[in-house]
Amino acid sequence: MAYKTIVEDSIDILVVGAGLGGTGAAWEARFWGQDKKIVIAEKANIDRSGAVAQGLYAINCYMGTRWGENNPEDHVRYARIDLMGLVREDLLFDMARHVDSTVHQFEEWGLPIMKNPETGRYLREGRWQIMIHGESYKPIVAEAAKKSADKVFNRICVTHLLMDESKENRVAGAVGFNVRTGDYHVFKSKAVICGAGGASNIFKPRSVGEGSGRTWYAPWSSASAYGLMIEAGAKMTQMENRIVLARFKDGYGPVGAYFLHLKTYTQNGMGEEYESKWFPDLQKMVGKEYLDPEVSHLTHRPIPTCLRNHALISEVNAGRGPIHMVTMQAFQDPHLEEVGWENFLGMTVGQAVLWAATDVDPKNENPELTTSEPYVMGSHATGSGAWCSGPEDVSPPEYFWGYNRMTTIEGLFGAGDAVGGTPHAFSSGSFTEGRLAAKAACKYIDDGKAEGIVVSDSQIGRRKKEIYKPLEHYKIYRNAIVAGDVNPHYINPKQGLDRLQKLMDEYCGGVTVSYMTNEKLLNIGLKKLRVMEEDLESLAAKDTHELLRAWELKHRHRAAECVTQHTLFRKETRWPGYYYRGDALKLDDKNWHVLTVSRRDPNTGEYTMEKAPCYHLVGDDE
Amino acid sequence: MPTFVYMTRCDGCGHCVDICPSDIMHIDKTYRRAYNIEPNMCWECYSCVKACPQHAIDVRGYADFAPLGHSVRVDRDEEKGTIAWKIKFRNGTEKNFLSPITTKPWGQAIPKLAEVPAPSAEQRGSQLLYNEPKYIRLDEGGLHTLESNGLKMKKGVYY
Ligand SMILES: Cc1cc2nc3c(=O)[nH]c(=O)nc-3n(C[C@H](O)[C@H](O)[C@H](O)COP(=O)(O)OP(=O)(O)OC[C@H]3O[C@@H](n4cnc5c(N)ncnc54)[C@H](O)[C@@H]3O)c2cc1C
Ligand code: SF4
Ligand code: SF4
Repeated sequence: MAYKTIVEDSIDILVVGAGLGGTGAAWEARFWGQDKKIVIAEKANIDRSGAVAQGLYAINCYMGTRWGENNPEDHVRYARIDLMGLVREDLLFDMARHVDSTVHQFEEWGLPIMKNPETGRYLREGRWQIMIHGESYKPIVAEAAKKSADKVFNRICVTHLLMDESKENRVAGAVGFNVRTGDYHVFKSKAVICGAGGASNIFKPRSVGEGSGRTWYAPWSSASAYGLMIEAGAKMTQMENRIVLARFKDGYGPVGAYFLHLKTYTQNGMGEEYESKWFPDLQKMVGKEYLDPEVSHLTHRPIPTCLRNHALISEVNAGRGPIHMVTMQAFQDPHLEEVGWENFLGMTVGQAVLWAATDVDPKNENPELTTSEPYVMGSHATGSGAWCSGPEDVSPPEYFWGYNRMTTIEGLFGAGDAVGGTPHAFSSGSFTEGRLAAKAACKYIDDGKAEGIVVSDSQIGRRKKEIYKPLEHYKIYRNAIVAGDVNPHYINPKQGLDRLQKLMDEYCGGVTVSYMTNEKLLNIGLKKLRVMEEDLESLAAKDTHELLRAWELKHRHRAAECVTQHTLFRKETRWPGYYYRGDALKLDDKNWHVLTVSRRDPNTGEYTMEKAPCYHLVGDDE
Repeated sequence: MPTFVYMTRCDGCGHCVDICPSDIMHIDKTYRRAYNIEPNMCWECYSCVKACPQHAIDVRGYADFAPLGHSVRVDRDEEKGTIAWKIKFRNGTEKNFLSPITTKPWGQAIPKLAEVPAPSAEQRGSQLLYNEPKYIRLDEGGLHTLESNGLKMKKGVYY
């Protein structure tokens, strides 16, 4: 192929993926590295890329320490309860102690944050969330990143990290291709901050026709952060901890503001409260430490997200669906009605489209809720991602190897969904993590840790060949058939994605099996994933757009494999309502009060699994 | 199909192509106008709709579950700093909403960090980020640490 090779040399800090984490990294890097060369490589257009492309109506992580509302350790406690005990408390504490400074900057940059007219403070939706008019959240943070970066490369799909050839396990940059021109881009860099986001579309979605684009996490969240890092041999953690969300049916409209601010509630098809009925049995599965409705009632301790899902799923399976969100009372108040609608228009327009199309006016009719297909990410009520170092003043030795948010690959840092063990960071926390990673990456370079990096032409050439293989493959075999997409020599990216989703759904606990799996199923799943990997060598792409889809599929496949390995390793059901191990239906603290850590050997493709200790810094009660 | 483009309004300017996060707005080679090449990868995020100077792009809800006869239109005005929505139900009901999108003129309120005074060695050695500790509580208070908050990292009881 006649694609040009474009080399960007002598970069100090390369930001891969400029969503909330990446923009935070690029912005902050300029302060600590005023003479450093900072470059962004982004798959889409930085102004509207990532999970926040259409905006947000809330910032879900804000402490309010200036008004004495919460301390960082309160947030750690909350996230830990929600995640059934297992989080990286050092990383969470660190994010939480900085996040307010991020939000105060956002306000100064022009992000409209709503105020409580009585107190003058930010208007709270719940204890942790503040309400914003965030349609332009992404353009605003993009502006900040652009002001700091030397260069922004839009429409670059990063496919691989470059590795140093003089020192093992050290990063040296990244490569990818321009989705529009097709050109091959090589970024040689001393440090890389990976902010390429989480994963939708690994599991079969509920809608499989045109509506398969209406996922909860954006359809362009292609697991690239995971694909890139796993492939390079970074250790990953909590990859089994996929998330299932209870959302408005088909539109995936968020429910946070509805529950917390509008005070709507759920009921079953008979109009009854159903949740508490499932709690006694559930308590037997997970133990009283993790579910104690009485204590929750008295102390406002939250019931974990997964357990509330469990009640919803069980009620539907018992034949008493559908579950309704009772909106008819709240929506009689015109102000609350406005909040309810604007909440969607600001972050999930598709839900408004759906209600308009189906004549559902929540003032007159209670809309349906359902549970989503699973997603893999690390900043919402789940914490999948890379195993990263914490800050030196908080982390115990097992969690600290020199530089904050550095993965187990030297010079490779993470932010947002890319970092494991840090749920409930959300948009503001992801941006904050980017800032932390940027400061540490500058220090890494200033300490001389990136000296003497060698990248040979053969590494660059090898990757180039690999990247364009699907185009070549198409060209060679296209004419073996008359027309159409059925070809004995290749599959296209859509066909591959369908296969991945079907097998993950059926063997790894997707929606059609009510989130159930077991050792046998997982082993079959792994076998099918291995065979699929062989077929991925025969992927065909007819143009550069399909080449983008081809690499997204490869990243999704690699992440899916890691998810399956982790799910197999953890022999218990830690998060009922996210997934169930049918052969180990109970939570087993004796053996599994640990974080799971995996590493895929880049040379052999073999996985090594370990348990890492879970450190705590606060007790359960305030 | 999620987004679609009205033939008579589109002039082929390419703004939608430039912005779509999913890379699915493309210019048709024959008509030289834009269209959605992969509706099942469209999030109905409205980025292209907001960016189109001709208001040529509209959304028709996903065929799997959305009946015909509705519309959700938008007008995003950077100068006024507002966004206006008009929702039309299948049954004819209409709802209108208007929200702010920014409180400042675009791009001016964000400082260039290359031009602020460089951090001192002390700042570099500390746990502080740019503008900290001031911006954490907007007072003289410092950063929270394990020590200041009386905390200790202890290995989990069950390990
Ligand atoms: C519907 C919805 C509602 C939400 N509601 C809220 C809320 O109310 N409040 C809140 O605070 N948070 C909310 N969140 C969560 C928040 O959006 C995420 O936590 C946050 O965006 C994660 O940041 P990130 O940088 O990890 O990922 P993203 O912001 O998704 O950024 C990833 C970036 O990487 C790029 N990329 C991906 N692959 C590649 C590649 N191969 N090469 C180059 N670039 C690549 C992407 O284009 C993107 O720009 C919501 C999310 C969704 C989807
Ligand atoms: S932005 Fe509007 S006018 Fe321009 S190409 Fe797209 S649809 Fe056509
Ligand atoms: S609505 Fe969003 S995903 Fe769909 S075509 Fe427009 S910009 Fe792309």
